[in-house]
Amino acid sequence: MAIIILLTRILPFLFFRKKHPSGVLNYLERNIPPLIMLLLVLYCLKDVRWTSAPYGLFEFGAIAVVIIVHLWKSNALLSIMSGTTAYMFMIKVLVST
Amino acid sequence: MKEPGDKASDSLPILKAAFQKTIPVMFGYIPLGIAFGFLLAQAGYFWLYAVLMSVVIYSGATQFLAIGLFINHAALIEIAVTTLLLNLRHSFFGLSLIRKFSGISSVKPYLIFALTDETYALLTAMDEPSQQSKTRSYFFISLLNHSYWVTGTLIGALLGKTLKTDLKGMEFALTALFVVLAIEQYRKIQSLRPFIIGAIVGIVCLVFVASQYVLLVSILSGTIMLLLLRKKE
Repeated sequence: MAIIILLTRILPFLFFRKKHPSGVLNYLERNIPPLIMLLLVLYCLKDVRWTSAPYGLFEFGAIAVVIIVHLWKSNALLSIMSGTTAYMFMIKVLVST
Repeated sequence: MKEPGDKASDSLPILKAAFQKTIPVMFGYIPLGIAFGFLLAQAGYFWLYAVLMSVVIYSGATQFLAIGLFINHAALIEIAVTTLLLNLRHSFFGLSLIRKFSGISSVKPYLIFALTDETYALLTAMDEPSQQSKTRSYFFISLLNHSYWVTGTLIGALLGKTLKTDLKGMEFALTALFVVLAIEQYRKIQSLRPFIIGAIVGIVCLVFVASQYVLLVSILSGTIMLLLLRKKE
């Protein structure tokens, strides 16, 4: 397991060690991170059950909090803390009552 | 985000800045690590194994999957194939870091080893530090994240149960982190293209692809889409 994972992490560095980054690579370097970031957000939501209550509203609500706070204050830590607190509060208070 | 000091001599501010950046990851990794350590201990494995796995493998999804595979006495080849499929995405991470990692020699092998989803996210979202402080900055971030994961595992393997309920929902910190980093990425490249592609590909994959392959399939097809749409710039 450890070996295979290391292999997947090391692969591109082995392939492109000699060559200088080309145009395509440059383009990928700029565009892959935002693509992956969005995919990671969606991936985090893979276990949400959209068809039964609460229909993923907690997740959406908390993400909305993160976005709003971040656009407002641009403080990563603050955005993440407020979103997470909101989420923990919602699942604790709203689910148990 | 703040820029760490550029003088070669002072590592402390760089470590501080790195710590600040990794706090959200800490909130994600420690509870997750606890959960992993706890589950593996429950499966009857000695606590040191959980910690060793977290040090050497250092891949959350894989380690959780491993518990299931161990319990079901999966064949070695089965474990190998699943691990490969689940982690092939790391190759795509590296692809976009080749230039960023150039000029880092001494700790590069460790950086490559320790390149998780979250570390990748932090490294690509931050402004690139000066050549002098880059090595230490990247190294500290990677090492701190790794240490959170191992620490969580240790706590979980030793204590487990008692902490479990109180931390419910804290793993949302990782989702929030990715949301914030996605916004930062947008501010950086000022183009909606990767996001539109990501949204379409991601949702289609979530609906149609088995959950253990979602991330790989969506990153793979998203990258192909990016390449196909490149000509139309």
